[in-house]
Amino acid sequence: MQAFLDIFDIYLLEAVVNGILLGGVLALLALGLNLIFGVIDVTWICYAELVMIGMYGMYYMVQVFGLPYWVAAPFAILLVAALGAALHYIVIAPLLTAPPINQLLATGGVLFILQSFATVAFGIDFRNLGIRLPVLAIGEMHFSYSRLLAFIAALLGMLAVYFFMTRTYTGTAIRAISQDRQIMSLMGVDTKRIYLITSALGGALAGLAACLLVLQYDVHPFVGLSFGPITFLICVLGGLGNFVGGFIAAFVFAEIISLGGLFSDLEWGYVLAFAFFIVMMFIRPAGLLARRS
Amino acid sequence: MLELRSLDAGYGSFQALFGINLDVKAGEAVGVIGPNGAGKTTLMRVISGLIRPGKGTITMEGRDVVATPSHRIVDLGIAHVPENRRLFPRLTVDDNLKMGAYMPGARAKYAERLEFVFDLFPRMKERRSQMAGTMSGGEQQMCAIGRALMSDPKLLLLDEPSAGLAPVVVQQVFELVKRIRSGGLTVLIVEQNVQQVLKVVDRAYLLEAGTIRASGTSEEMMKTDTIKQAYLGV
Repeated sequence: MQAFLDIFDIYLLEAVVNGILLGGVLALLALGLNLIFGVIDVTWICYAELVMIGMYGMYYMVQVFGLPYWVAAPFAILLVAALGAALHYIVIAPLLTAPPINQLLATGGVLFILQSFATVAFGIDFRNLGIRLPVLAIGEMHFSYSRLLAFIAALLGMLAVYFFMTRTYTGTAIRAISQDRQIMSLMGVDTKRIYLITSALGGALAGLAACLLVLQYDVHPFVGLSFGPITFLICVLGGLGNFVGGFIAAFVFAEIISLGGLFSDLEWGYVLAFAFFIVMMFIRPAGLLARRS
Repeated sequence: MLELRSLDAGYGSFQALFGINLDVKAGEAVGVIGPNGAGKTTLMRVISGLIRPGKGTITMEGRDVVATPSHRIVDLGIAHVPENRRLFPRLTVDDNLKMGAYMPGARAKYAERLEFVFDLFPRMKERRSQMAGTMSGGEQQMCAIGRALMSDPKLLLLDEPSAGLAPVVVQQVFELVKRIRSGGLTVLIVEQNVQQVLKVVDRAYLLEAGTIRASGTSEEMMKTDTIKQAYLGV
């Protein structure tokens, strides 16, 4: 009996740590989406598809053109940042004053365009970087370096965003614009420019997530479906547009997935997470940390 | 300094201002008085570029305000303290003031301007890390004026600074306007509190139904029968 408990504890601890590691990347994904929603007040349904394009960018730069991972990553982030800015300029900006349903449908359309584009341009094969990072063994627990790296990079990315938002004039303007859009011109702020910067920043976060996820997952045109829904649920659970809420919700979800997976298959972890979400929507429909109005 | 010539403005098909001619000279304090819905706020909004005029011209020190993009007007030296203060409620006092110094020219003088504002409102220094939305109405008004002063303006537009404040605080706000004036700043102030505002301004315009009905020095305005009857209650 004692031996059984010892093993169980180790697996449990491993699952908890893996949950934390997963939570970092989910929090990064949620931050990008929350940023766009909180500031511009639109939801990028196609957010995870931007991640997918970034993963293909990494695949082509590393596998086809032979660039080292560290050289390719900044380019992938820039690529998706540019994509985010383009998405805003071409699709969102003309619809800023349109009803929310039109904005949802438009970005939903972009989701299918990006999926179809990827299918035609890259094919439906599963691709990967061919990089296999070693596994860290602590006692009888095993953690993959790719997850550790992803967790640390995601935290650093979120920290960078935090300092940008709190220390710079542009970051302060991004926070201010979500509270009073009309009077920004009195401060000398060009709202169009701030929206474009915010969109590029949201894209850059998707790009960073792409660089980290491509180490753990194969890329294919529909890989966005693996991250998109869960990212939305995290944002809604945390309270849409609430950065702190999204951060907490990401770790709550990650732990449920990881611990749920411990007791049976990983898929059951997702089932538990979604069930938890549905229950929470009854208890706290506005999210864990609903924004005070 | 500021010149408005035959200015028309409104919202969509609704016209709120008709052929306004108005001057503010450097160093002056000018009041615009009139009843609710006369177009006073519209006048302020059109000067600071929140809405664009239908017809007419606005010049600030000879420069065309109408042709300047809205977010560049603050660079001409015009700072607008909007009606109801419009602070960013979930930003700290510090961050609100920082937004006032957003333009590159103002950023360079940020430390100096912050000291100036804290000298004027020591209360704001105590509250600097507090969320602006959690302060009292009077404190919020100080913060809103402080935010406008951060851009180092030449002309300060004040829209109903006394609205919604307790009578004691209203007194303080008008004292403040006097102090700001003594620093050499030019002020254009819109008020419903006619009695108080005529004590702090040099000249005033009476705006009714979107047109200027009367203008003159404060003493002249106080002696005008229509103003005495309608606004001063004597």
